[in-house]
Amino acid sequence: MTETFISWGMDPNWAWGVATICGILLIALPLMLAVAMIIYADRKIWAAIALRRGPNVVGPFGLLQSFADGLKVFLQETIVPSGANRGLFLIAPIITFTVALLAWAVIPFNSGAVLADINVGLLYILAISSLGVYGVILSGWASNSKYPFFSAMRASAQMISYEVSIGFILIGVVLFADSFNMNEIVKAQQGHGLGIVNAFGFNLLLFPLAVMFLISSLAETARAPFDLTEAESELVAGYQTEYSSMSFALFWLGEYANVLLMCTLNAVLFWGGWLPPIDWAPLYAVPGIIWLFAKILFFFFVFSWVKATVPRYRYDQLMRLGWKIFLPISLLWIFLISGYLMLTRYS
Amino acid sequence: MIQLFAFYLFATIVIASAAMVIFARNPVHSVMWLILAFFNAAGLMLLAGAEFIAMLLVIVYVGAVAVLFLFVVMMLDIDFAELRAGFVRYLPLGALVAIILAAELIFAVGAWSAGGVDLAARAAPVVSDKSNIQQIGELLYTRYIFLFEAAGIVLLVAMIGAIVLTHRKRGGVRTQNISKQNQRRPQDATRLVDPGVGQGMEL
Repeated sequence: MTETFISWGMDPNWAWGVATICGILLIALPLMLAVAMIIYADRKIWAAIALRRGPNVVGPFGLLQSFADGLKVFLQETIVPSGANRGLFLIAPIITFTVALLAWAVIPFNSGAVLADINVGLLYILAISSLGVYGVILSGWASNSKYPFFSAMRASAQMISYEVSIGFILIGVVLFADSFNMNEIVKAQQGHGLGIVNAFGFNLLLFPLAVMFLISSLAETARAPFDLTEAESELVAGYQTEYSSMSFALFWLGEYANVLLMCTLNAVLFWGGWLPPIDWAPLYAVPGIIWLFAKILFFFFVFSWVKATVPRYRYDQLMRLGWKIFLPISLLWIFLISGYLMLTRYS
Repeated sequence: MIQLFAFYLFATIVIASAAMVIFARNPVHSVMWLILAFFNAAGLMLLAGAEFIAMLLVIVYVGAVAVLFLFVVMMLDIDFAELRAGFVRYLPLGALVAIILAAELIFAVGAWSAGGVDLAARAAPVVSDKSNIQQIGELLYTRYIFLFEAAGIVLLVAMIGAIVLTHRKRGGVRTQNISKQNQRRPQDATRLVDPGVGQGMEL
């Protein structure tokens, strides 16, 4: 994009700046639109599984429901509880929302179509996703109310626990891809599965990791069945209890942007990203971004499906799954994968 | 130009937030300022060309260590009046520490400007076609492999020590037996009976 602006006769430095800002807008604005639509899709899928009709009043098929909700929330009054720590109370949703947008900088949408093509892309995603916990902790603490605080404690323990196993799972992918760069990881998947399928997930050694990553990403985004942070029967609405109007909406948007991000990571790291599913020339005629979106939507459907069907975990079960099952298995898998690679690739 | 601007931006925020860590009255605010300082220090690392270290700084310190800090600080019931009570008593010791630190700073800046040690060349990134991660990996796993493993063993001993110190068997605690729970089937727990009218049944 920088070259285009330079060819229009712009100074290279300015062209870079303008191109970067355009890139950010090109990612952030469609993302917000996607989040609005994905909330609608989530509710529709959930309703269909529960044999209900879901949102069907605003606009055709209720398509505009999210926008109506957004407008309603926008016009409400922001209430700050009198006992709340005002500054942190207001910063917390901003952190959640900002962090949810930041990680998209390194997601490759097509070959070379990435805002920041850095060689520590995967580490950047880990770093940014580890920041997400602050929005939750701060909102829980600053609300000065017991249920949000319980929720914040649960959320932070949960996120830290599952980040450990996610880190180990990602090391397995990095070992196979031989790079931390997201685009390189996607390219390494070309024809990887059985020689014809463009996905790490079809590698027998990596398939268990793909499954664990999907479950961990459910836990990391605090989606059902791991939504203990918002368990309405125990904690009212969790850390968002005291929030209203836009500050609540920021949590909502950030949460769904995070869910989309995790779906994207599943698609990019294990299921070929912007590559077509099968390494067959005519399939490459379809733009990569369409393959990526199809995969993201598939994983989002899985997320909604799980939300509608699986009952909520108990807290000790959640911790056991993270620390006693995923952590040892993913650690063992690092040894297995590096041993396998030493045998086949590096000897 | 943009590097210079970024450097001064990050450096100013690091120093300002580090000062706010001390000056903030609320300990939770202190931790938040500390996190901001970590974050901007990572920015400085990026400017020095050490992107791997920068990311590690964020992942380890901001993502894990500071969360635990925050956890502990939130749980503490701190009495602010008591904290400020011993100010006069600790003043001489504090002044001594301050003087030593100031002297070290002056010496460091003086030695640096005298050009005694070629620090600038050390701090600058080594120009190479290899990425940061590869360079660190090659050094760490070849030349410094024994030191690396020794560090690992020290951490392992610390971890085992922490577990041994805190682990105790408590009586009267009901624990979950997960495999037993998973093996439980409906027919083990329920019984379908069809009692006649007015006969009742034994359980």
